[in-house]
Amino acid sequence: MNPQPNTPTPAAEYGALARRRSFRRSLSATGSTGDAVFRVLLLSVALLILLIVSSMVVAMAHNSMPSIREFGFSFLWGSNWDPVKGEFGALPFIYGTIVSSLIALVIAVPLSLGVAIFLVEQAPARLARPIAFLVELLAAIPSVVYGLWGIFVLAPVMREWVEPPLQRSLGFLPLFQGTITGIGLFTGGVILAIMITPIISAVVRDVLAAVPVSQREAALALGATKWETTRVVLANAASGIAGAIILGLGRAIGETMAVTMVIGNRPQISASLFEPSYTIASVIANEFTEATGDLYLSALVEIGLILFLVTFIVNGIAKLLVWSVTRGTSGTARAT
Amino acid sequence: MQASTPRRRNSRRTVNAVMTTLTAACAFFAVSILVVILGYIAMRGLTSINLQFLIDTPKPVGEGGGIGNAIVGSLVLLALGSVIGLPLGIAAGIYLAEFGDGWFGKTVRFVTDTLTGVPSIVIGVFVYTIIVLPQKQFSTWAGGVALALIMIPIVTRTTEEMIRLVPTSLREGALALGAPQWRVTLGVVLPAASTGIATGCMLAIARVSGETAPLLFTAFGSRFYNYYLDEPMASLTVQIYNYAISPYDEWHALAWAATLVLMTLILVINITVRIFTRKKF
Repeated sequence: MNPQPNTPTPAAEYGALARRRSFRRSLSATGSTGDAVFRVLLLSVALLILLIVSSMVVAMAHNSMPSIREFGFSFLWGSNWDPVKGEFGALPFIYGTIVSSLIALVIAVPLSLGVAIFLVEQAPARLARPIAFLVELLAAIPSVVYGLWGIFVLAPVMREWVEPPLQRSLGFLPLFQGTITGIGLFTGGVILAIMITPIISAVVRDVLAAVPVSQREAALALGATKWETTRVVLANAASGIAGAIILGLGRAIGETMAVTMVIGNRPQISASLFEPSYTIASVIANEFTEATGDLYLSALVEIGLILFLVTFIVNGIAKLLVWSVTRGTSGTARAT
Repeated sequence: MQASTPRRRNSRRTVNAVMTTLTAACAFFAVSILVVILGYIAMRGLTSINLQFLIDTPKPVGEGGGIGNAIVGSLVLLALGSVIGLPLGIAAGIYLAEFGDGWFGKTVRFVTDTLTGVPSIVIGVFVYTIIVLPQKQFSTWAGGVALALIMIPIVTRTTEEMIRLVPTSLREGALALGAPQWRVTLGVVLPAASTGIATGCMLAIARVSGETAPLLFTAFGSRFYNYYLDEPMASLTVQIYNYAISPYDEWHALAWAATLVLMTLILVINITVRIFTRKKF
């Protein structure tokens, strides 16, 4: 038989086959075509998610270009927000977001730590389970419902019962001066505190549950009281707790509806916590549909982009911290 | 500790008692906030809800009006979000659980986590720029996509966790019988994890059913029954928001009634999931 010039030599054929095989094997272990298709389908979905998140950054950056070109970095520290004159500075919103989130943390951190410690270290399982579920339900209430409740229940309560005593006792501080309306930074912070408490306490619960029992047994064996033992556990879980708090901060920064409904929505920077303010998320919610003109719209998109980047960084830090404590234990481990 | 005097031991006991009481008080306080909020919603909602309210469309002040179109709109938006979001989320979850150990899997997992943390208002801005802006129109599509984007990371992570819980021996058994991997995953592993995955999907639906911010400038809202996906669509949450910030007492009452409907939906889903998972584990 004469080897025809067009037919591949056995060696070349074998090489091609081997290459094909190894390609298939790289797709799946068993080497069937069905597996290859299956894997490629799943892979394309995973790629789609990457594509979505990256296009998020690209689309928002692209649409905020007019504003970035016009204002540059002065956008961040300009304190004038005047759509009519075409002046856009985001500082009042950044201030409102930071201060309302800090108020939320000051209230929510001790509260959530208390809840988590009670559930993991003290309550018997029979009691801990239902309480944990009820606290988690707080996270299931939608933001707009918190807002509604904030307007009609919390704000009047703050106006009548909380803010006047604060002003009487601490009124020498600029923080607690000014007119009391019940609508403002302080009420916004309180509603945020209620909203992030279930989140922080759930993560702290996971973190505390991840501390080895031997730590507790060692402390108890040395004669420590229940609370002293808890302090040992807390010290062990410190970085995870920090992570949980930062996670709550990330949530507070991005929270929109409830804050928008009780914070007063006035772009000003005032030392008083009782004065109306404005947050990054609420200015987007309020003005986006009314934004006339490219510059106005792109300024709002740029604010959205800033919010995206800030929450991205904050959540990244939080995840690293939580992971440093809970790694090795199952992510779903719960104390209940 | 032996050296501690009775007085010192006493103060340690006191601190212990005080702190134990304080933590219990924190838990009690958190639960009582929930009770107060839910109780108030029930009280205000029940006084202004009736059948007509559940069917009517919004009307001008003084003429009553209802949330019929908003209920339908919310259901349409949820369905649309689920149709887009659940398959993608489940597929990505399967990918991460079965093939996601390399650097690419780690990247996808990280990016999915990032998506979880993105504020929902930012999702709204994003969908506005990619769908509403080119089409020059608010649409149900845009709202559905926004909700799907919020559901995807929740479903992905739950699916991954649930599939990882399926024992390896089950996979090995099926593989040893000669089944290709795709049949093992779809026919053996997925059914074994189905309850957990369904739980994740339900929770994702419950979560987005309360979303307002991403709908404000995607689905936008509407005062009529609407059956077209390329037109603005009403939703319960946006309707509640519009009623709540209005200056009219009558509309405030409507807001509470609509909230009662919304909260009932959300609580039913959450409690169902709770009962299901308790039976399972």
